[in-house]
Amino acid sequence: MIQALAFYLFAGLVIASAVMVIMSRNPVHSVLWLILAFFNAAGLMVLVGAEFIAMLLVIVYVGAVAVLFLFVVMMLDIDFAAMRAGFIKNFPLGIAIAAILLAELLLGIGAYNAGGLELGTPDGAATQGVGQSNIEAIGGLLYGRYILLFEVAGIILLVAMIGAIVLTFQPPKPGARGRQNVGKQIARRPHEATVMKNPEVGQGVEL
Amino acid sequence: MTEFFQNLGLSYEWAWTVATLVGIITISLLVMFSVAMVIYVDRKVLGAIMMRRGPNVVGPFGLLQSFADGLKVFLQETIIPSAANKGIFLLAPIITFTVALAAWAVIPFDAGVVVSDINVGLLYILAISSLGVYGVVMSGWASNSKYPFFSAMRAAAQMISYEVSIGFVLVCVVLFAGTFNMSGIVMAQKGHGLGFINGFFVNPLLFPMFVVFFISALAETARAPFDLTEAESELVAGYQTEYSSMSFALFWLGEYANILLMCSLCTLLFMGGWLPPIEWAPLYYVPGIVWFLVKTFFFFFLFSWIWATVPRYRYDQLMRLGWKVFLPMSLIFVALISGYLMATGHFS
Repeated sequence: MIQALAFYLFAGLVIASAVMVIMSRNPVHSVLWLILAFFNAAGLMVLVGAEFIAMLLVIVYVGAVAVLFLFVVMMLDIDFAAMRAGFIKNFPLGIAIAAILLAELLLGIGAYNAGGLELGTPDGAATQGVGQSNIEAIGGLLYGRYILLFEVAGIILLVAMIGAIVLTFQPPKPGARGRQNVGKQIARRPHEATVMKNPEVGQGVEL
Repeated sequence: MTEFFQNLGLSYEWAWTVATLVGIITISLLVMFSVAMVIYVDRKVLGAIMMRRGPNVVGPFGLLQSFADGLKVFLQETIIPSAANKGIFLLAPIITFTVALAAWAVIPFDAGVVVSDINVGLLYILAISSLGVYGVVMSGWASNSKYPFFSAMRAAAQMISYEVSIGFVLVCVVLFAGTFNMSGIVMAQKGHGLGFINGFFVNPLLFPMFVVFFISALAETARAPFDLTEAESELVAGYQTEYSSMSFALFWLGEYANILLMCSLCTLLFMGGWLPPIEWAPLYYVPGIVWFLVKTFFFFFLFSWIWATVPRYRYDQLMRLGWKVFLPMSLIFVALISGYLMATGHFS
């Protein structure tokens, strides 16, 4: 019964906050509602026993991706009225995408219920997870059966990361000020920066 | 505790719910109390290092100073700037405070003394502490004032940067412990050093990670020398500038609850948690919670000590340390440690 209550709480909040993402007037509020939706989706994951996925959802999406969203939305000076104006125009497109997503969901659930897919039977990997914790089961699959796909995904991400760095890297202009050499700063001693003088009264200091 | 409520005639589900609620309330109250006391300790240590007395008027040795401050703050008027985004402005301190308390759910104070002994305890802490940044960012934006906004930007960048290296340090610990469960990590440290020292910190491969974790913990809680989010000389009081009364107090409590959490994480991950420092039978007569509190308090003392002695970092130095020193270093250590463990047959 508590599980049912928790499920309806999380599911209701996911839907309500997803609706608020598109209904709220202020884009910053939209991002905050989106974060609430992510968070409640993580709650749903915990309820089905996928606590590892739930934690990853919170760490990756709520902790990193949504912070960047929030960052960008806060920094940009957005004209709220102009953004609202496109709503009616894009409404049919949105409905179409929603219909496609719904059809895909129904198709997927239907195929699953019909038993058409035999998940992981060839080497019995799908039954591997019984009696293991989430992390062990996922680790066993990722580094065992799906090692090639996993490595390929890793390489693609690495290339993307290097590409992003190369695109944004600006080599220092020769003679430009403002570049810090931390080693040089730390190696500097007081006697290199200051001079002790003991001038006579009325004489002043000459450096 | 669930059995106790079941004996009172409740069904298992409801007995579990009531027992968990009681546990949550107990731990929240204890954390709040220790936060109050730790603020006093912080001020006393700072006073001693600066050769002054620190709080000494309210109660014996000034012990009730934090409670007096709490009462004062409670009686103040809540001021909301007219240009502020009211809802988010009020929500921000509540989020900071709630998140700071929520992480304590998986902290084991002694063998079995934990609200929720989940499999993914360490990931839960990582997830919850990554939420902490929202309180700061939301307060900075909602205040609609330039210094809080600067502070929020700095806080967001700083916390994300240091979370990365904290994540890799945690991976190193988990590789040795073989589990994400907090109690499991503590038990894996039993007799780790030469068979009689309890704690991962004696391991030459993990000691550098321990240092990285401690420094990242300072940065993650925006504590000196990384307190750029509330650098008084540049940003007035940072993201808290526009806050007063209880909303300010919630930030304050949340900040210290986070610091205590980081201290207890240092204890649990590297110093052997509730285990005595060395394997010697008489030491086991001391209750485990005493060892836990002594070690946590030791780390808190280090936090205060550093606050009193180290000057504030410049912002570019902070980013350099996070991305150019700690991140490569912790990455190298992940490879090194997993290589070492594979070579010694730890996983077979």
